[in-house]
Amino acid sequence: MVKKIDLCVAEGIIKKYTGGVSDLIPVLQDVQEAYGYIPEPVLYFIAERMNIYPSHIFGVITFYSQFKLKPAGKYIVKVCVGTACHVKGSERVSKEIHELLKVKVGDTTDDNRFTFEEVACVGACAQAPMVIVGSDEYGKVTHGEVKKVIKKYQK
Amino acid sequence: MTNKPKIILGMGTCGMAAGAKTLLEKVESHIREKKIDAEIVHVGCIGMCHEEPLLDIAMPNRCRVIYNKVKPEDVSKIIDSHVLKDKPSKEHALSQILPDNGANPYIGITYFEEMPFNRKQQRIVLKNCGFINPLYIDEYIARDGYEAAKKVLFSMKPEEIIDTVKRSGLRGRGGGGFPTGLKWEFCRKAAGDTKYLICNADEGDPGAFMDRSVLEGDPHSVLEGMIIAAYAIGANQGYIYVRAEYPLAVKHLKIAIDQAREKDFLGKNILGTGFDFDIDLKQGAGAFVCGEETALIASIEGERGMPRAKPPFPANKGLWGKPTNINNVETFANVPQIILKGADWYSGFGTEKSKGTKVFALTGKIKRPGLIEVPMGIPLKEIIFDIGGGVADGTKFKAVQTGGPSGGCIPAELIDTSVDYESLTAAGTMMGSGGMVVMDNANCMVEMARFFLNFSTEESCGKCVPCRIGTKRLLEILERIIAGKGRENDLDLLSRLGSTVKGASLCGLGQTAPNPVLSMMRYFKDEYEEHIKDKSCRTGACTALSRYIVNPDTCKMCGICVKGCPVEAIADGTKKAKKPALIDDEKCIRCGICFEKCPFGVIYTKGAKKAAHVKEGLSEVKV
Repeated sequence: MVKKIDLCVAEGIIKKYTGGVSDLIPVLQDVQEAYGYIPEPVLYFIAERMNIYPSHIFGVITFYSQFKLKPAGKYIVKVCVGTACHVKGSERVSKEIHELLKVKVGDTTDDNRFTFEEVACVGACAQAPMVIVGSDEYGKVTHGEVKKVIKKYQK
Repeated sequence: MTNKPKIILGMGTCGMAAGAKTLLEKVESHIREKKIDAEIVHVGCIGMCHEEPLLDIAMPNRCRVIYNKVKPEDVSKIIDSHVLKDKPSKEHALSQILPDNGANPYIGITYFEEMPFNRKQQRIVLKNCGFINPLYIDEYIARDGYEAAKKVLFSMKPEEIIDTVKRSGLRGRGGGGFPTGLKWEFCRKAAGDTKYLICNADEGDPGAFMDRSVLEGDPHSVLEGMIIAAYAIGANQGYIYVRAEYPLAVKHLKIAIDQAREKDFLGKNILGTGFDFDIDLKQGAGAFVCGEETALIASIEGERGMPRAKPPFPANKGLWGKPTNINNVETFANVPQIILKGADWYSGFGTEKSKGTKVFALTGKIKRPGLIEVPMGIPLKEIIFDIGGGVADGTKFKAVQTGGPSGGCIPAELIDTSVDYESLTAAGTMMGSGGMVVMDNANCMVEMARFFLNFSTEESCGKCVPCRIGTKRLLEILERIIAGKGRENDLDLLSRLGSTVKGASLCGLGQTAPNPVLSMMRYFKDEYEEHIKDKSCRTGACTALSRYIVNPDTCKMCGICVKGCPVEAIADGTKKAKKPALIDDEKCIRCGICFEKCPFGVIYTKGAKKAAHVKEGLSEVKV
């Protein structure tokens, strides 16, 4: 999949900020929002425009779990593995999704439809265990229901 | 404010997860269809997560009625009866809220305040959550909002504010418990013209959602607390550092900040007093360690969020080297009330050293999970049993974990412990930010310790050796115990290594990471010894050390477990076979599907003594 990276979008984002190092994280967040991930050419582009070493930017990207260097699938499936969800069996939910999608945590399915992630607490503990697909939240996802939830998003 | 009937929906993250979105669509289409003249109001979390999704109806001059666990198909019935005929549907109603304006109550519906869940609560921080629409500043103003800010700006000196907060006894609600007034005083007295104020909303403890609920349900209370703090310490710029994982909280904060600017509560020359203060939002990017103040500062500066050595403390040298004051969301939300009602009123709640109230997120194996606010010093027992209704499904209460991955557990024997900073520390745990996860018989204390350590290991920033390597080694020891390969001296090793990590780490993360395992070993030593000596887990949670058994006497031969088993390890168990199910321990992979699927609860787990079935290589852990 070779897709040309349009740097104009990144240009527009950088222009919104004053350009100090303290704007780096917001810029990266906007870039990720726009491109779905942080493409390498954009990383170098930011480095040049904001006058920050690429190594610094790379360091920041890899420190925070929010940033991705690889494109994500159409739907991001997040399984909450916070304490409350853990106590209510999120490990099993995670295992089941792994079996359904046949990808490891952090990876994307071959058809680019799903990216599978584990997150530590989305703050809806009373609805544990929680699964989030795209921006839809599903609470009390017990055994058997995982399949139903995922099915909604399969072709 | 209109005089129309109001249909109120709890649209916090938890309500959404329970299906509030579908309800909203249903309500909208129904009132359109029937041409009902009603106003739909979105509110934040009222705390009763166990009753979600909630739909409330408030008729003009009548009490607001709460309907719980509303199904989409019941929406039209409830609305027709209540809004069109002013007859609340009693079969669906949960309670009614007694308002301050003397509206007419209905006969035969319990009062919200008298429900067991609410009776022992004291709402100061949560007074508006679920009661106002967080998207309209006017609703906040109508409930004394921004009165405290006006009071300090027009009639109080910064020193007076600091003195009031000091006398109120308010301590940091993020977990540290440092006296807030004293912290403000340090920053006020620090040399320098430029000072910063930061609100720490990086609520990262898994199992805690207090700050999220306040930010979603009552964002202005936090902004007002910040305005007062900024005026007290002399800061003109503030930041709210909020988790990006809380999209709804971010949205509500953005709207609230814009509205506060419009009304002249933020910006240049606030209300003509000559005081300048504005707030910017910074979104965290997913790093637990950023809850630590110096790491949070590094993150705002655009660096990797790694902690710095203290001293110098942020009060002297913080953001960009300037004096900086950091408080947590809940701490700020307390401030306007303290200013309005006075230090004496606030310190009337709580114990000698822990004043006021604390918000807790009550979750786990509890009948009524939710967001609660209780006076400090309340016995733990009352929280678990009176408010929370005890553990769910008739299992036995085992322990409660407070303070998340930095805290510890309180076992059933210590259920009478008073919930305040000192008593919790004495019990080997901590107040923490307010997560309270209840555990029952099915939760293994070795496995829980592994869970927390796994979290701390992943979130360790890697800056200092004791934390980076120490937590990893602790985790490996626990993993081998769980896999049935525990060694004779492992408990001793865990406690020695644990205390080294605590003593030698740079920041709060490392200093507290061994707490869960140390506290669980303290109270559940026999369980740890069983894992190591008998290679057995009594709860069935450590799959390598337990086995599933069907009770042949009560098996109904429905065949559900047979169908569900992914490896065909269950024989018979069907009406056709006329024999109860039997699990072949050799074939069983201990996935637990049969256990979960059995509708009659006849499958149980048993610690596998000496674990004959643990095959080499099956759960190999490199040591």
